[in-house]
Amino acid sequence: MGEHIIKMPDVGEGVAEAELVEWYVKVGDIVREDTVLAAVMTDKATVEIPSPIEGEVAWLAADVGASVSVGSPLARLKVGREDTEADDTAPMDDRQRGAPIAEGMAEEGERQPPPPTIEVTQTARPTPPRPGGPAPRARIPRAPGEKPLASPAVRLRAREAGIDLRQVPGSGPAGRILHEDLDTFLAAGTQIRPAAALARDTSVTEIKVVGLRRRIAEKMTLANARIPHITYVEEVDVTALEELRATMNGHMRGDRAKLTLLPFLMRAMVKAISEQPEMNALYDEEAGVVRRYGGVHIGIATQTSSGLMAPVVRHVEARDIWVCAAELSRLTEAARNGTAKREELTDSTITVTSLGAMGGVVTTPVINHPEVAIIGVNKIMVRPAWNGSAFIPRKMMNLSSSFDHRVIDGWDAARFIQRIKTLLETPALIFIDG
Amino acid sequence: MREISCKLLIIGAGPGGYVCAIRAGQFGIDTVVVEVARPGGTCLNVGCIPSKALIHAADAFARIKAAEAGESPLGIELSEPRLDLQKTIAWKDQIVGRLTNGVSGLLKKANVKIVHGRARFRDGKTVEVDTETGLQVIRSENVVIATGSAPVEVDALPFGHSVISSTEALSLGKAPESLAVIGAGYIGLEIGTAYAKLGTNVTVVEAEQRLLPNYDAELSGPVARRLDALGVASLTRARAKGMAPSGQLLVDVAGSKEVRLNAEKVLVAVGRRPVTDGWGREELVLDMDGPFIRIDEKCRTSMRGIYAIGDVTGEPMLAHRAMAQGEMVAEIVADRPRAWDKRCIPAICFTDPEIVTVGLLPEEAKTSGRDVRIGHFPFTANARAMTTEAEEGFMRVVARADNHVVLGIQAVGNGVSELAAAFTLAVEMGARLEDVAGTIHAHPTQGEAFQEAALNALGHPLHI
Repeated sequence: MGEHIIKMPDVGEGVAEAELVEWYVKVGDIVREDTVLAAVMTDKATVEIPSPIEGEVAWLAADVGASVSVGSPLARLKVGREDTEADDTAPMDDRQRGAPIAEGMAEEGERQPPPPTIEVTQTARPTPPRPGGPAPRARIPRAPGEKPLASPAVRLRAREAGIDLRQVPGSGPAGRILHEDLDTFLAAGTQIRPAAALARDTSVTEIKVVGLRRRIAEKMTLANARIPHITYVEEVDVTALEELRATMNGHMRGDRAKLTLLPFLMRAMVKAISEQPEMNALYDEEAGVVRRYGGVHIGIATQTSSGLMAPVVRHVEARDIWVCAAELSRLTEAARNGTAKREELTDSTITVTSLGAMGGVVTTPVINHPEVAIIGVNKIMVRPAWNGSAFIPRKMMNLSSSFDHRVIDGWDAARFIQRIKTLLETPALIFIDG
Repeated sequence: MREISCKLLIIGAGPGGYVCAIRAGQFGIDTVVVEVARPGGTCLNVGCIPSKALIHAADAFARIKAAEAGESPLGIELSEPRLDLQKTIAWKDQIVGRLTNGVSGLLKKANVKIVHGRARFRDGKTVEVDTETGLQVIRSENVVIATGSAPVEVDALPFGHSVISSTEALSLGKAPESLAVIGAGYIGLEIGTAYAKLGTNVTVVEAEQRLLPNYDAELSGPVARRLDALGVASLTRARAKGMAPSGQLLVDVAGSKEVRLNAEKVLVAVGRRPVTDGWGREELVLDMDGPFIRIDEKCRTSMRGIYAIGDVTGEPMLAHRAMAQGEMVAEIVADRPRAWDKRCIPAICFTDPEIVTVGLLPEEAKTSGRDVRIGHFPFTANARAMTTEAEEGFMRVVARADNHVVLGIQAVGNGVSELAAAFTLAVEMGARLEDVAGTIHAHPTQGEAFQEAALNALGHPLHI
């Protein structure tokens, strides 16, 4: 029996390490050539690592969530052939095998993000110490709707004690509930005896934060820790805008994307930015430099099945409203179905966040570090407005926006939003040059 | 008119009723049980017990007859054995008598009052009983309806004269020359087989495609083969139309012309119906579930204080189900927290060979959407079966594929009814295949086939 070490291949893009997001095999598994062993995640792409050889998995380098450097061992296989080459020649093999992965990526662009890789582990309920008693065994969680498995004596005892066996974790084979499990359950429940329908659930479920979720977590921590946010909320009367939008959509050519509110906002932002270029900037703290950008690259915070992503509509200043709408629709779709390319997810200069119908009244958006401003769109609601003699129904929408207070003062922030407000309330201004 | 009152009144002293009464008596509950016939119900008097006695006698006789014909591989020789069916029936009646007396004794010991007569509800708390000594009115806090079931009659073949039910079939003075059995369920085949062994020409008429249609073909196959060997004729996809004036039985067989059968007796065994009339149900407002009384998991009916147990509450109509229900209801009346939580109710068909089913059949397990593992073991590979001339049949275990929890166990073979205890215990305890496989099964017994079937399901049988 020989051994074959599989090393982390160069997954392209010049990355030095990748995060392990999923193991598809475990120690003892027999794998064939090209069996996918693991999924690793670079910045935003997920790459599957196939086995170059047939064999039995003998060792896995790391747990899900760990970072593995390119070229370091990823897994070890026991291979059947006696004449297996020595370990030191194996990496060559790996590299050859690894090469097509990178090429393939170059051809088809970034692989789509993986389905949410959530590893759920159920921990045992805290067991009160029982002197001399055996160590509590691991309890097997029961699938919802599954009948609890217990002997007639256990069932009777539970019934007499008023215990709903569905609430009792079983530690026996196949999750069978034993007398010991009842003991534990009873001991834990002596303080309060809940009604069957309102039973206490003391379970704790551990979900590993990996992949995109971890990236989001890191990014949000960074943004919130580094940036002193100032959040400014203003209401905007979008009645006129909504009328215009309806008219434009009504006369829309078949080949054009339907206009939502966002393209109007994006064009209004371009206009406001032309007067306040400090808003369209990245703050490089290390260098102590704010880089203002000529091009307005608006990141659009988008909820996808695997988490928050922000595809970027580049050069909004060079796109008319229809092109803006088409690009927006294409990008958010790509982000949602995981086909967004790497360059479509990076290098924004300012971000818009919108929760649509879920937009609420006010949000406190977190800035997309190292940008300096984020515009939050709240829900459009019909609200009464006083026109001097009567209340009239108006379509009102709040903008909740945050700014990096290190480089932007409240006054400037307010001025920026007031400008956008004016543009949105009189939407003709968006389309008038100068 | 006399009036008594009690805490618990049970209508019917069958297996459900008398067990309920005994258990209630043990709690010191003031209990009255009303029975129109002898205690013990269908089971003791005209069902399970007498039929098993007859089957045993017929079995013994058939073995001896086979030896007479020179068919005994054991080398037993004898000549001209005869059977005096009157004596057989007397022996059977004596056993039934002992058992019913035993039940009466147990009821007395439990301080249960027995009222003989036909009960009739006046209202939900009051029952009147027509006794030999006049009308007895009984008021009770709780009433248990345990009125049981009766053979279903076929319109074309009303009971009477040569047309009999299982009740009469178990008390014939002599074995008839010929017997037509309508319905190839377990009752018809048990009694039909017994009479075939006693020398009667038996023909079985079944409406479905094959005998024992409630079992899968794998299980019913050995029984059908044995009936064939006993010379029992089977008409499947056939319906009895009635009796011709000549006394012949007219049978419509699908895809063929009408068949006329000579039948000295015609046993109608097409099923049993719950006895839901004749005891004043119309005075109550009971929700029904088809022909049965609807009950919940505590055997409560839709009326407060009225319970129902046994055959009157639905399938499976089996004595041991009624007994378990009766015991549970007594405990509920005694304020014990109880509810029906049995995982399985075993069912046995005392044919030749016997069939035992516990839990889910393979088809049922599959249709419930589970991935299953099935393990077989044939008795041809079992030493005990070989040495008792009982190689026909097999054992079968059905388990979940994911965690190997045993869902069902079936067996067909000689004497396998005694294994029902082990099977049922395994399912109730939530045994996995590994539990059964890891339990030492005494050698040499037919029970070893259970362990082997489990091992087979796990992929490593030892003796096949």
